[in-house]
Amino acid sequence: MVGFARTLRAAGVPADHERTQAMLEAAVHLGAADREAVYWAGRLTMCAGPDDLPRYDRCFAAYFGGDRPGPGRPAPVVTVVRHTLAPDGDGSSGDASREALAATAGRTEVLRHRDVARMTPAELAEVHRMIGLLRARREPRRSRRFAPSTRGRLDPRRTMRETLRRGGEIARLRRRSRRVRPRRVVLLVDVSGSMAPYADTLLRFAHALVRCEPRATEVFSVGTRLTRVTPALRHRDPGAAMREVSAAVPDWRGGTRLGEELKRFLDSGSTARGAIVVIASDGWERGDPSLLGRQMARLSRLAHRVVWANPHKGHEGYEPLTGGMRAALPYVGAFVAGHSLAAFEELAERLSHA
Amino acid sequence: MVPAVVPEAVSAVGSAVGSAVGSGEGADRGRGVSGVSSPAALAALLDAHAYLAGEGLATACFLALKMGRPLFLEGEAGVGKTELAKTLAAVLGAPLIRLQCYEGLDAAQALYDWDFARQLLHLKAAEATGATGAAEAARLEGELYDRRFLIARPLLRALETRPAVLLVDEIDRADDEFEAFLLEVLSDFSISIPELGTVRAAEPPVVVVTSNRTRDVHDALKRRCLYHWLEHPPFEREVAILLRRLPACSEALAAQVAAAAGRLRSAGLVKPPGVAETLDWAGALLTLGARDHLDPGLAAATLGALLKYREDQQTVLANGLLRHA
Repeated sequence: MVGFARTLRAAGVPADHERTQAMLEAAVHLGAADREAVYWAGRLTMCAGPDDLPRYDRCFAAYFGGDRPGPGRPAPVVTVVRHTLAPDGDGSSGDASREALAATAGRTEVLRHRDVARMTPAELAEVHRMIGLLRARREPRRSRRFAPSTRGRLDPRRTMRETLRRGGEIARLRRRSRRVRPRRVVLLVDVSGSMAPYADTLLRFAHALVRCEPRATEVFSVGTRLTRVTPALRHRDPGAAMREVSAAVPDWRGGTRLGEELKRFLDSGSTARGAIVVIASDGWERGDPSLLGRQMARLSRLAHRVVWANPHKGHEGYEPLTGGMRAALPYVGAFVAGHSLAAFEELAERLSHA
Repeated sequence: MVPAVVPEAVSAVGSAVGSAVGSGEGADRGRGVSGVSSPAALAALLDAHAYLAGEGLATACFLALKMGRPLFLEGEAGVGKTELAKTLAAVLGAPLIRLQCYEGLDAAQALYDWDFARQLLHLKAAEATGATGAAEAARLEGELYDRRFLIARPLLRALETRPAVLLVDEIDRADDEFEAFLLEVLSDFSISIPELGTVRAAEPPVVVVTSNRTRDVHDALKRRCLYHWLEHPPFEREVAILLRRLPACSEALAAQVAAAAGRLRSAGLVKPPGVAETLDWAGALLTLGARDHLDPGLAAATLGALLKYREDQQTVLANGLLRHA
């Protein structure tokens, strides 16, 4: 069973030591003799979400043989080919002298407005470093919870406690006020083929947002299937985070079914409720544009604000003519560019004040 | 937790809290189901209370009872998560204590609170009768933290009641800080009240935690629990559920209603109907006099019991999804 747990861990099921122990205990209670008992003992203790269930079924079939798991769809095996970035353009990362810094600053200024799709790997690396430094602190919103405060409403509980401590003498009125927390941002990044030149940079932007507000940011990749990549992006190091994301996303550079994916996103719960939802996509919809339109209507009713970032918006003479884009636009609060460092800075700024 | 146990406070409260204070070793977790030796036997018991559980769910409940772990249920709205907790309570002959979660729920609303108004009254009364002297004051102060001034909220109530089924409903609606707090209560089934001592459950309650997945629940909490994802029931079981819950329903009608519900679930609606909605719908059809077949007119008239979005109703009517396939 320890070997089975290792298989599960490799497949991404959270089968840690504690869970393995629980599985053993469960198996004992069920009389570990038959496969059925082992299957349920493991499934009930090792899994932590619906995404884990098909993985668990696959591992179970692979490890114990036979095919108990029924409708588990085998996930397509996708080999992700990604270009590795040269650590530095000219290779002269020796001593950081004043001139080198000045040169860097000048170069960044030039790079700021360039399209990331037309950059050399070295320039891209530079831009990615800059994106890593972006800060998008959110304007706080008031929550329903109270915290002790020097002003605000009277806090009867604490006042009373204090009063009792002083033998019934009301010496000071204690107050409480609403706590504040940042507004949630949900980012949907299109990773389909047509977005390939931008997806990497967009995900790095997402990484910067997650790093900045880890508890108020959610990121999903969208292509032919919706994947939550927030946990992968929690990694401190951008390179490691990107590696984890590419391992997690199964539909890299495939087609786009935005309408369906958006529907799944909205059906899966109300992550979008009250949040700022950013869709980063070129709006090339393979599916039915009217479905996308309906889902966008739903989204606009749920979300605090819907922002659509389209890399092509930054190009001169761009007109939103694709069916998907046209269906979506009526429900978009802000339609912005997403092709250059400057565009990302602007977007981060917008998220801070939305 | 702060183990601030003041001996005299504990003894003062001992009579009121009774057996709940102190002895923590609930060695046997038989709680009236000691005869249940297998998931199938438990499924039969649930069945006797008109809840038809699949193999996975029955196994999950069985293990929750045997291992003394909370059962974490996820699934679409209306698949019977809350209903399961109610039925478990009925099977065990235990009261169901429900904690409905919402944003901003805090310890005072979930655990206990002091009844400040009564405490103040007590002080005033003592003042009026002229209590004097240091000894008198100390006694008075002790009295203020008496059990009778403590308002037990669901979690404390669940620890004090034996046996009990505790339903923590829609945990995903509470803030994530609340999860950490709940984890603490659920891992040692004890609550320490600074002024009173530690209240420990003589017999840990059976805990059912439900979530609709509107946000991710922290892994630490899930690790404490047995996790089960509840699906919509397969066709045969849904028919059986309809027949069990609505004795007036004919087999033919139940089959057609279940088939229609199954079709709607794969039709890509905003809110596909759950078992709860199917039951409502069948009930509405019966009330309007449906006998042994799904009359299209009646079906359309009662659609509001099944589908709660206007868009969905329009989609269904336009595509003729109610008609018998």
